[in-house]
Amino acid sequence: MYKYDNYDQRIVDERVAQFREQTERYLAGELTEEQFLPLRLQNGLYVQRYAPMLRVAVPYGLMSSDQVRKLAHIARTYDKGYAHISTRTNVQFNWPELARVPDILEELASVQMHAIQTSGNCIRNTTTDQYAGVVDGELVDPRPYCEIIRQWSTFHPEFAFLPRKFKIAVNSHEDDDRAATLLHDVGIKIVRNKAGELGYAVYVGGGLGRTPIVASLVKPFLPEKHLLTYLDAILRVYNLNGRRDNKYKARIKILVKAMGVEAFAAKVDEEWQHLVDGPGTLTDEEINRIKGHFTPPTYEKLESENAELIAHLAENKAFANWYGRNVVKHKQPGYAIVTLTLKKLGTPPGDLTDKQLDVAADLADQYSFGEIRSTHEQNLVLADVKLSDLFDVWQKAKANGFATPNLGLLTDMICCPGGDFCALANAKSIPVAEALQEKFDDLDYLHDLGEIDLNISGCMNACGHHHIGHIGILGVDKKGEEFYQVSLGGSSSTDASVGKILGPSFARVDMPNVIEKILAVYVESRIEGERFIDTYRRVGHTPFKERVYAKSN
Amino acid sequence: MQNLINQNAILNDEWHLLDSADEASSLVNAIVSGDFALNNAEAVMAAKCGILLTPDAQLEDYKALLSAVPLVAIEFPAFADGRGYSLARLLKERYQFEGEIRAIGDVLIDQLFFMKRCGFDTYALKDGLSAEKALNYFQTFQDPYQMAYDKKDPLFRRKA
Repeated sequence: MYKYDNYDQRIVDERVAQFREQTERYLAGELTEEQFLPLRLQNGLYVQRYAPMLRVAVPYGLMSSDQVRKLAHIARTYDKGYAHISTRTNVQFNWPELARVPDILEELASVQMHAIQTSGNCIRNTTTDQYAGVVDGELVDPRPYCEIIRQWSTFHPEFAFLPRKFKIAVNSHEDDDRAATLLHDVGIKIVRNKAGELGYAVYVGGGLGRTPIVASLVKPFLPEKHLLTYLDAILRVYNLNGRRDNKYKARIKILVKAMGVEAFAAKVDEEWQHLVDGPGTLTDEEINRIKGHFTPPTYEKLESENAELIAHLAENKAFANWYGRNVVKHKQPGYAIVTLTLKKLGTPPGDLTDKQLDVAADLADQYSFGEIRSTHEQNLVLADVKLSDLFDVWQKAKANGFATPNLGLLTDMICCPGGDFCALANAKSIPVAEALQEKFDDLDYLHDLGEIDLNISGCMNACGHHHIGHIGILGVDKKGEEFYQVSLGGSSSTDASVGKILGPSFARVDMPNVIEKILAVYVESRIEGERFIDTYRRVGHTPFKERVYAKSN
Repeated sequence: MQNLINQNAILNDEWHLLDSADEASSLVNAIVSGDFALNNAEAVMAAKCGILLTPDAQLEDYKALLSAVPLVAIEFPAFADGRGYSLARLLKERYQFEGEIRAIGDVLIDQLFFMKRCGFDTYALKDGLSAEKALNYFQTFQDPYQMAYDKKDPLFRRKA
């Protein structure tokens, strides 16, 4: 993974000093609430319902075991002993004290971490495929490009006060998209042109929130070295022309829609003509320097099958269930990719304790070259586990609440913190997730249902990605009461689509039964091997709607 | 209270904003509105006025004026309106404007470093801020990653 050089470290250290001084001025009354707001936001600090919330950046979801141990220490020392993985693969603390945040940042800086631009109207953390570098079917490892974007976007002087937040994702997989790339302000797909040269297909104007839109292709092929000058051009066009009069119409997707994709692309190109081949152009030396940080670990030469593993799988059904669900094929023979799921009954999705963080770090050191990843689906990943170690890893993960075998299943929900924590929320989301986890806790049934993305957001801001869940749930406020709207047919993958609202919203207590009826229609209508989303696309909205809103007799 | 600074010192302000209601006002050392400048281009150029641009200004309209005026003031109606950063860079880097670029309006000290990087020369601080204190906020980061007006190369080229 990327290791800071002296320049990177100094920038992060200078940030700690800067924020410490800003916090002091705020506490001394020299900065007004309004003036401090964007400063603290650009450092990931929200003021929430009960306490500030600090969002720590995890660039493209990659962490070392030392970093994870530091997060455990922070959870223990400055918080209530737990942390939360966000849908931007960041880590959130819900209970830090404002005056101690500079100390937390100093702790983070000591392990090459920070909270820079994890919030605010600026360029946020760049995300990518959680299986980057280890999965079959990838064109190249996307992480060096994410790191190049991270450095370029960090304290970019021209783009610190954009009309609205700005999110970039990079995908390099030929058939899959685990990063919801097309639902980003800028989605970058790494491709080769006919001549075999590496470059990017650039999509602009995707996003969730009030107006969910799938991004449009604005540049079918951008050569590799032009990444940053082209991004500069996009951001400059957006900074100057994006709407600032209405925060719900301020994302770049609204600008692209208003101008039309072709006119927008032409305007970006016109701007880019002034920047292309200038000093912002990437050099081979720099690309290779960054790539040099992402070389594969020293894998052992192993067989692609492991007798011990085969024996354990035959003997132990629970292990076999977990293996079938939470373990993914690795491109290196004899290795596997393991997801540590954070979707256990009774725990808010994506939450984990300081002890679990320490265990995850230990597992990474012992079994996976000391690295760990966070995913936008709010789980953790050990990317390089030997097949012969899987049984041990499973036992330890199970003992620590990481091994619920539900990756990709109904109960592997994405869920925002909702009204329990968030000041923006219209409704609670965690109790809905809990009620569903309780109702659908029969693993055989869940496995039979197969892959279903169920996503829950507590408000229109869509942090829980409800629009792109196969089943989406949105909390709404109706005259002070919490109701829930259901949508069907969303997808975050290469076939990205925005879900369609089923009809009038429901009371929280009715939600488990509503979901049960939807699942029943699927089970009755599906053709052998068909996933929920496929059945929905084939049979359409109506049968689901009719069942759910049928008058009971 | 004097609140005009550059990145090294507190300055005396020799300019005044033209009160457009008063037609008899002298154009000497006046900063005129963008509209006024476009409608009275010859007089504005002859008197060497400054021009005040709002953040929605289309720089292309001012092309002819820019070669003749010594000062462009860019207004920040709110500090969170970041259009002025792009305008300053474009003025210096694309239009080769060689005069002074001044930030006026909601100009706070925590934004000075970014403004300097984008090509601003002088800063009319918001009322109530200490100009002396503000001088400490131009060096927040020694070696930032990006190229901008103040660094002709990005860090990866400067390091090499």
